[in-house]
Amino acid sequence: MNARLDPPGLDPIDRAIVLATQDGLPITSRPYHAVARSLGLRADDVMMRIERMREAGVIRRIGVVPNHYAIGYTANGMTVWDVDDARIDALGMRIGALDCVSHCYQRPRHPPAWPYNLFAMVHGHDRAECEAKAAEIRTLLGDACRASDILYSTRILKKTGLRLAARPDPADATNAGADSAPADT
Amino acid sequence: MPEIVLDETDRRIVNELQGGFPVSARPFRTAARRMRINEVDLIARVKKLLANGVLTRFGPLFQIERAGGQYVLCAMQVPADRFDEIAATLGAMREVAHNYERTHTLNMWFVVAAETQPEIDAVLADIATKTGIEVIAMPKLREYFLDLRFTV
Repeated sequence: MNARLDPPGLDPIDRAIVLATQDGLPITSRPYHAVARSLGLRADDVMMRIERMREAGVIRRIGVVPNHYAIGYTANGMTVWDVDDARIDALGMRIGALDCVSHCYQRPRHPPAWPYNLFAMVHGHDRAECEAKAAEIRTLLGDACRASDILYSTRILKKTGLRLAARPDPADATNAGADSAPADT
Repeated sequence: MPEIVLDETDRRIVNELQGGFPVSARPFRTAARRMRINEVDLIARVKKLLANGVLTRFGPLFQIERAGGQYVLCAMQVPADRFDEIAATLGAMREVAHNYERTHTLNMWFVVAAETQPEIDAVLADIATKTGIEVIAMPKLREYFLDLRFTV
């Protein structure tokens, strides 16, 4: 009952492929064939759909995701800035384009506890390297910036990425993928 | 976490294989050729790098917002004596994708991922109920991002 709607653009078979691969691809010589076999699909169909999701931007990229800590980027700084609303878009574009910034977003302020509306992630081998990068951002913001802070991550408590829920709907073509989805508990 | 020593080939795998993994019948063979190593070696090294924690995952990186899903960054101010308990509560929730301890009075920062806004709202309410702590939602309003990997 009450089946949820699929996100626009994802049909039940696409969704089964997302469920089967959101923990990662099988590391074998024919990974897409292995996914196809587990879902009872043809490998050509799986590859065509993955390619299509990539073209649509549903898949941002396919490859390895490094653990920044393990490869020496032990300092992970979330730099946050209180930037003049009238100038944030123009400045945000310039900050997002800096080599040292991996992600840059505008987010809502929650005053008084949280006056910051611009977030830019920087990574470094130590905090001094992050602070040098923050100084670069500070210069770029100039007098549009009223306050700032850097929040360092001190522990990764969880890092799993997106999880779609498996849906135990017998009318749903995604059942074959349900076993590979993580438990809901 | 102790830093793991990587040889030159491992480094190239980490650096060059963050995107562009082929969608083809024998993708490791194609990727290995590009890197001038062999398929069996590449497969073994990716397995090893996952096992020793240099890689957190291997496969497609989904951007579910493009398919109608939602991610919301949230922050909470968690008392020190309840930190581990609350981290475990969030850790057990499927919708909590990332969770980091950070240096601020708002000391727990996590991302909630779900397919629809009503689901997000329900999860945030559930977290507030389970923990008794205010959840500050900081949804992204704009992304300022230039992914140079996609330029030609």
